[in-house]
Amino acid sequence: MFLKGIKRKFSEPGEEPVSSGEQAPATSPAASRTLSSSYSLQRQSLLDMSLIKLQLCHMLVEPNLCRSVLIANTVRQIQEEMTQDGTWQMMTQALAAAQCPADRLVATEVLCRQTDAATQAGQSPKPVSVVGLEEGYHSEEVVMESDVETEAIMSTLSPASPQMSSASYLAGPFGMGPCWDEEEEDGDCEEDEEEDSEDCVSEGEEADEDHLSADSRTGEKVFGTFEIKHPVPPPDPGLEELFSDVDPSYYDLDTVLTGTPKMGPYDLLESLSSHGPTALSSSSSCRSDLNELDHIMEIIVGS
Amino acid sequence: MGEDAESQKINHTFLRDYVTEADVISTVEFNQTGDLLATGDKGGRVVIFQRETESKGESEEAGDSGEYNVYSTFQSHEPDFDYLKSLEIEEKINKIRWLPQQNAAHFLLSTNDKTIKLWKVSERDKRPEGYNLKDEEGRLKDISTITSLKVPVLKPTDLMVEVRPRRVFANGHTYHINSISVNSDGATYLSADDLRINMWHLDITDRSFNIVDIKPANMEDLTEVITAAEFHPQHCHLFVYSSSKGTLRLCDMRASALCDRHTKLFEEPEDPGSRSFFSEIISSVSDVKFSHSGRYLLTRDYLTAKVWDLHMDKGPVETYQVHEYLRSKLCALYENDCIFDKFECVWNSSDSVIMTGAYNSFFRMFDRETGRGVTLEAWRESSKPRAVLRTRRVYTGGKRRRGDVGVDSLDFTKKILHMAWHPSENIIAIAATNNLYIFQDRVNAEGQ
Repeated sequence: MFLKGIKRKFSEPGEEPVSSGEQAPATSPAASRTLSSSYSLQRQSLLDMSLIKLQLCHMLVEPNLCRSVLIANTVRQIQEEMTQDGTWQMMTQALAAAQCPADRLVATEVLCRQTDAATQAGQSPKPVSVVGLEEGYHSEEVVMESDVETEAIMSTLSPASPQMSSASYLAGPFGMGPCWDEEEEDGDCEEDEEEDSEDCVSEGEEADEDHLSADSRTGEKVFGTFEIKHPVPPPDPGLEELFSDVDPSYYDLDTVLTGTPKMGPYDLLESLSSHGPTALSSSSSCRSDLNELDHIMEIIVGS
Repeated sequence: MGEDAESQKINHTFLRDYVTEADVISTVEFNQTGDLLATGDKGGRVVIFQRETESKGESEEAGDSGEYNVYSTFQSHEPDFDYLKSLEIEEKINKIRWLPQQNAAHFLLSTNDKTIKLWKVSERDKRPEGYNLKDEEGRLKDISTITSLKVPVLKPTDLMVEVRPRRVFANGHTYHINSISVNSDGATYLSADDLRINMWHLDITDRSFNIVDIKPANMEDLTEVITAAEFHPQHCHLFVYSSSKGTLRLCDMRASALCDRHTKLFEEPEDPGSRSFFSEIISSVSDVKFSHSGRYLLTRDYLTAKVWDLHMDKGPVETYQVHEYLRSKLCALYENDCIFDKFECVWNSSDSVIMTGAYNSFFRMFDRETGRGVTLEAWRESSKPRAVLRTRRVYTGGKRRRGDVGVDSLDFTKKILHMAWHPSENIIAIAATNNLYIFQDRVNAEGQ
């Protein structure tokens, strides 16, 4: 019936505070602690879904601004509610405790399409990897993984081309840049970058300026932070969209990336162990991808 | 759902279904007399249908009306590329609006996401013949063979329809144009994108006035966009625009040059009991239309159609449930993006009936006097030409009738987003993906 046979966690009839759309319990700080876990899960799932939607802005044609705004408002609303009932703080704290700031990559390392190898490899539903690079596409890839006991890894890769540089700064959670600011003068983007959390900013800005040179540095960072996983077959798009365990670390609308201990079925800890050796290959795949993208950009611009 | 069995007094006769091309129709619009019907599609083409006027003879029922046949087809917009942003600009025709006819030619405005064009549609049924220097095929004659001179005369030929672009209104919009509306003054029109509304003069293409601008200084503060806009049908200084938060703003251009401050704000207070994460999304207005009288506004949001009285801004005067059964499916519809579908809505000529589309090739009509609604289907396989449309029903509980469709069997890829109602008669044009259906209300002569 629906376009995608997507498995929904909260499709049980009679129990759908979120999916019913109309019975969301009123939350007060006190009541929040007694929120049913199913409501929390559903809310979390909705949040994940929304963030993915924002990231999935296909950049061949300018995305629909109305849709982006509505999704962003939904994310904001969920975030506010989570802040009110304390869930948000929990998430933030858990991440802070679990992370070493230096390893928090983030931003816009550009060009390094951690793609196929990396992202697919991950936990299949996990790497909420968005969009492969198709010709002329500007994709933002977010590979999110986190684990209570390991560093949260967040790296947002966006293919930076000169035209896209203004948009590649990643406004954290949902590439507000590219999906939003179509006309943006770099000024705006830089403003936004400044608002980024300290962890993100420096990397983002540097990365933006010269993506080519960033590659090697990126490689290191990626190297250091990416959990590359076992290679797996190309993910089913439906699965990817499941992203039920998307790292909420990029939830924060103000681009402060926070993370969450993920309690999903996908245990990242295991994948961490295979991290080392694959880093090199990821670096080289980055390079080749970089060349490929360059080539594509030449064609487009040259036309 | 307020369904009712269709009354016997109206026979809906299915005239014919037109398959336009392989492309999806993205807009449908009758001209002011209803003799012409224009459709725009995703491929940037415009197809104009003309109603046949000659009577076919004997077996006609009273109130005979002709069929619509293809009159002209032309490529209005081409795919474009924004080099600055490295993004494609779709050639899909978002809206078509006809200008009131002033002479033998017809004019229409068509727009894609960025550029509006004014097209002149004219007929030519004569051509000059008898040139001295050229022969019939247009080749130059050998001068030595010319022995006499004659004056070329106009001779009738087969009808030719010529369509020419007369104006191109470009570079007026940074964001995607969602509406255009011709002013009652006949000289100006407005175009609205997500954040701004511009007013143009039909003769001037290098300038436009910005009359509404809701772009925040910091784009990160953006929470609301413009979804539709329309001029008042009689008052050339009034226009309305709708937003993604479900508000309507009536603006008077006499008040100030920049109408950022509305004259009237129409908003329905939210029912706190039904608040959910999807409340805002489903309140987003996808279409707004003034009634022919100019007294009322018709809006469409995801689940309802509402009629507003211009004199009352506290809330709508009428609310019609289009597909309330979807309320429990909002999460899934959000997941597959259907919740962002933009349905249009239309008035009939006397403002007594409103119509809007739904899923599964269904569309709904509501009689304002009785408040009752009927569901009809625009689907070839279930209708034969000239057959009477039967009403459909979505099963939502209670006694199940034969022919009822279950909510879970609805096909969400078959959406009726675009439609038009003839300005004076009960003829409707429904766009169903790449098909155009024209339905007509025929009064059965025998029944009289």
